[in-house]
Amino acid sequence: MSKVIVVTSGKGGVGKTTTSASFSSGLALRGNKTVVIDFDVGLRNLDLIMGCERRVVYDIINVINGEVSLKQALIKDKNCDNLYILPASQTRDKDALNLEGVERILNELKESFDCIVCDSPAGIESGAFTAMYFADEALIVTNPEVSSVRDSDRILGILAAKSKRAVDGLEPVKEHLLVTRYDPKRVEAGEMLSVVDIQEILRIPLIGVIPESESVLQASNAGTPAIHLDKSDVAEAYRDVVGRFMGDAGLPMRFVTAEKKGFFKRLLGGR
Amino acid sequence: MAREEPAFKIKIANLSLFVLYVHTTDMDQLKKQLDMRFNKTQDFFSNTPVALDLSAIANSNLSPDFVDLMSFMLDHGMRATGVVGGSTEQREAAVQSGLGLFPDTIIRPALKSVSTSTTTTSIDAEDSQPELPGLAIETGVGEPNNSRILDSDTQIQKPVSQVLPAFRPTMIINKPVRTGQRIYAEGASLVVLGVVNAGAELIADGDIHIYAPLRGRVIAGAQGNENARIFVHSLEAELVSIAGCFKVFENGIPENLRGKSVQVHLDCSDLIIQPLLS
Repeated sequence: MSKVIVVTSGKGGVGKTTTSASFSSGLALRGNKTVVIDFDVGLRNLDLIMGCERRVVYDIINVINGEVSLKQALIKDKNCDNLYILPASQTRDKDALNLEGVERILNELKESFDCIVCDSPAGIESGAFTAMYFADEALIVTNPEVSSVRDSDRILGILAAKSKRAVDGLEPVKEHLLVTRYDPKRVEAGEMLSVVDIQEILRIPLIGVIPESESVLQASNAGTPAIHLDKSDVAEAYRDVVGRFMGDAGLPMRFVTAEKKGFFKRLLGGR
Repeated sequence: MAREEPAFKIKIANLSLFVLYVHTTDMDQLKKQLDMRFNKTQDFFSNTPVALDLSAIANSNLSPDFVDLMSFMLDHGMRATGVVGGSTEQREAAVQSGLGLFPDTIIRPALKSVSTSTTTTSIDAEDSQPELPGLAIETGVGEPNNSRILDSDTQIQKPVSQVLPAFRPTMIINKPVRTGQRIYAEGASLVVLGVVNAGAELIADGDIHIYAPLRGRVIAGAQGNENARIFVHSLEAELVSIAGCFKVFENGIPENLRGKSVQVHLDCSDLIIQPLLS
């Protein structure tokens, strides 16, 4: 059974696209035939993060309008064999993204893909709604600050009340909390909400914690999803997320507490 | 041989139901006004069953185009379930379109008198929006009612009339109530087992019990029942209100109440919040 997974948050700039790119890459690395769809019509970003912006010829709106076939619009990822990208339109009006068209595309994709990752735009307007409507599971991307948590709460409410699963009375959308840009040192200093605080408010299962890291910015600029970075805690954290999503039991939750410098490191002044 | 588990049972449930009073057979006019009324509050209905009351147009020879009306209502989140009243022809046409038939009149004595004499619960198009004479919807709650409670200058809102409320089963919510969600227990008490987050709103005409942290707004005795009470497992609320008398916590909740189990009641127009004895 193929799964439709929406990556959403309500608030902008929390790391939805970064997460979509790394999560879909991770799923593909684990052998799942995966497609990642950019729903942010008018502000497409996913192709930049995936480093395929120069290969975008057709986009999701072309497919919805029946101008090209799905096959023509799908772009094969440069890093993973099993991964394809369906880019958003840069030029079209966002109203061109209608539910009927999206449902048609998703049904066609379900025939050949195991995982369909939908990268939602920010906000709770039609674009975000369309991205989440058909979801089976949802990654709720949240930063450790109150406004982001509040917006995630709102999105969870909409998922529970208005998604297709809710409307049809099916089993509810499976929700996963992903905390990104987490800085344990600032949490300890009381400048950020802790994972426990966030869970206390949102009350959904935690699938992972992605530490704040400069390497994310570098990876984005280089057009490589962060999960491919060597020796990076962000890549490790995303791999853990994919592992937990695939059902690996017993993975410890890493990057939640600040790293204590060892005695020798302190003695020798190493960083 | 093991006895088979019973696969079903049939009971009569006393559920509350929205009733759309149709005042015209002119479907274009009706649709236009419905559109104007509910376009701004798209969340108001979500697959909500609605009965159509045809008594006002029973004398007309025309029958509404029910199929068209039903699909229009569905676009606004209302699922037409059946018709009340109407002429024999109209009722026949309704059945042809797949609607059910309710008995001729709605039997709901106590609340009926509330809605006709005081209109505390009804959003009456004629009252609130004079430019819309074509429809009236009897509902539990809406912006006018709420904002009236919350915006009142004086902190007390006297009930317009004392009517014995009809018994309705308590509404029980066992999921989190999240930012932007609003739950209304019309003519009933409300029990919430999940967390009520900031930006969420609970409203009940009776008591409200919350067996989880309360971070949102909570309004008990919304129709003026001064005996309504609120019971909270952990008080972190934005606003509590009973019968229109409310309290906000601009400077935070007092230390002795914050995060505590409390009950809230009215004592001679004073809103009293006190810790529950453990």
